[in-house]
Amino acid sequence: MSDHTSKQFDAEMEAIRSGVLTMGGLVERQLARAIDALGEDEDTRLIDTVAADEQTINQLQVTMDQQCAQIIARRQPTAVDLRMILTVSKIVNDLERIGDEVKKVAYKAAGIRGNEPLTRMRYFDVGRMATGAQSMLHKTLDAFARLDVGSAAEVVDDDDQIDLAFNAIMRQLISFMMEDPRTISAALETVFIAKSIERIGDHAKNIAESVVQVVKGTDVRHASAEQIRAEVASE
Amino acid sequence: MVTDMEARTQPKAHATMLGSAQPGAMPPGTGEEPAPPLKAESRRLSFHYGSFKALKDVSMPVHEHRVTALIGPSGCGKSTFLRCFNRMHDLYPGNRYDGQIVLHPDNTDLLAADVDPIEVRMRVSMVFQKPNPFPKSIYENVAYGLRVRGVRNKNLLDEKVEESLRGAALWDEVENRLNEVGSNLSGGQQQRLCIARALATDPEIMLFDEPTSALDPIATASIEELISELKKKVTILIVTHNMQQAARVSDFTAYMYLGELVEFDKTDTIFFKPRRKETEDYITGRFG
Repeated sequence: MSDHTSKQFDAEMEAIRSGVLTMGGLVERQLARAIDALGEDEDTRLIDTVAADEQTINQLQVTMDQQCAQIIARRQPTAVDLRMILTVSKIVNDLERIGDEVKKVAYKAAGIRGNEPLTRMRYFDVGRMATGAQSMLHKTLDAFARLDVGSAAEVVDDDDQIDLAFNAIMRQLISFMMEDPRTISAALETVFIAKSIERIGDHAKNIAESVVQVVKGTDVRHASAEQIRAEVASE
Repeated sequence: MVTDMEARTQPKAHATMLGSAQPGAMPPGTGEEPAPPLKAESRRLSFHYGSFKALKDVSMPVHEHRVTALIGPSGCGKSTFLRCFNRMHDLYPGNRYDGQIVLHPDNTDLLAADVDPIEVRMRVSMVFQKPNPFPKSIYENVAYGLRVRGVRNKNLLDEKVEESLRGAALWDEVENRLNEVGSNLSGGQQQRLCIARALATDPEIMLFDEPTSALDPIATASIEELISELKKKVTILIVTHNMQQAARVSDFTAYMYLGELVEFDKTDTIFFKPRRKETEDYITGRFG
């Protein structure tokens, strides 16, 4: 995209774009720490760091929304600029929500130590699901940075995998709980963790859809994966 | 006046949303509204100022009871194009039109040699950039077009003057001073007087050439409000340098560059997702 006649406008647009990436980087770091917290020998200090990151992310959300509102008020942006600002405002919300979910994962993970079979499951299956969500998040931020609708469409596909993993974990937990009622409370906590990770996948998917909206100008929020692929492929 | 209820039940949905493409699956009112009927259209219109070709094969529809805005950088031909609609260029020698401007529903080609330009200007009136009231009273400014047409009946003139001044949202401010000179009014009032003058002959199309560029923001807002009212009665074409103004008042927008029509579409589309990169560069301020 070529530059605006107004260099200051360019600088303001670049500031919100790089703000998303900064915020995204923080959320990614926070998620990596939460995944560590799922491990068997997690360090409780990790939880404090995750909580501190969450504060910073919340603050960034407020700042970014202000910046978007100011550009709208001062520049009356149109077309691609308008789509970018509307999208940034949505992405910032999704990132903040991911931050919330990550915090929940970290806290719940710390709360359910000790129950042997569930700990193993948490480490392997839930951990794998979390890694999947992590790579979705990375890919979707990358798609935003490069305005790459192709990889945005892949993220939408990846979300189906996360949903499948979530269903598999639910089935497993149900069999644990039926076999041994003493696992119920830990199993319920694990349900919450898995649900949070599934939500992270959903938010990453929302961000990917927002990228398509910036580039293509089409709202693909309620479209199927096939429709999105077709839209991305269209001229 | 659209009530809240109507606004809720009949959204003006122009946003493209995927996933609702199945026929019959869409809730009523969310589809694209059909394009309104044509009031006029230019067909392969070219225009020459002597040897300079200022318009190149411009074909564009003008929809009835809608506001169509012409935007583009200085010298792109938008004012030239606008002026073709009431044969303003006839006043200077050496100018030449090619192509047609067809006025519906009677299919009159406004540019045809046997069409009287005076008659064209009765049907297609014009408001200029700077308010230009005649050095006459407010009343006579508005009555002028009718007098030229041969109307002598005092009652009819009174009626038409009041109706036109009301139509231009000026009546309440001038009803007790109709005999004062038009140029005593403020800039915004003078411009509304010119609109009343243009309305008096019951035109079918009104042309506005940068009607607010000499006005302050409040007067500008009142003219813009007036334009949205006027479109219920007439079809409007407006040239504006102010892109936000085009976005605010128009239903359709045409982007012109170097005498060519680059893109014509619904205003909602032009300002959110134009098809052509040249349009996008211009409206986002990346031009030049």
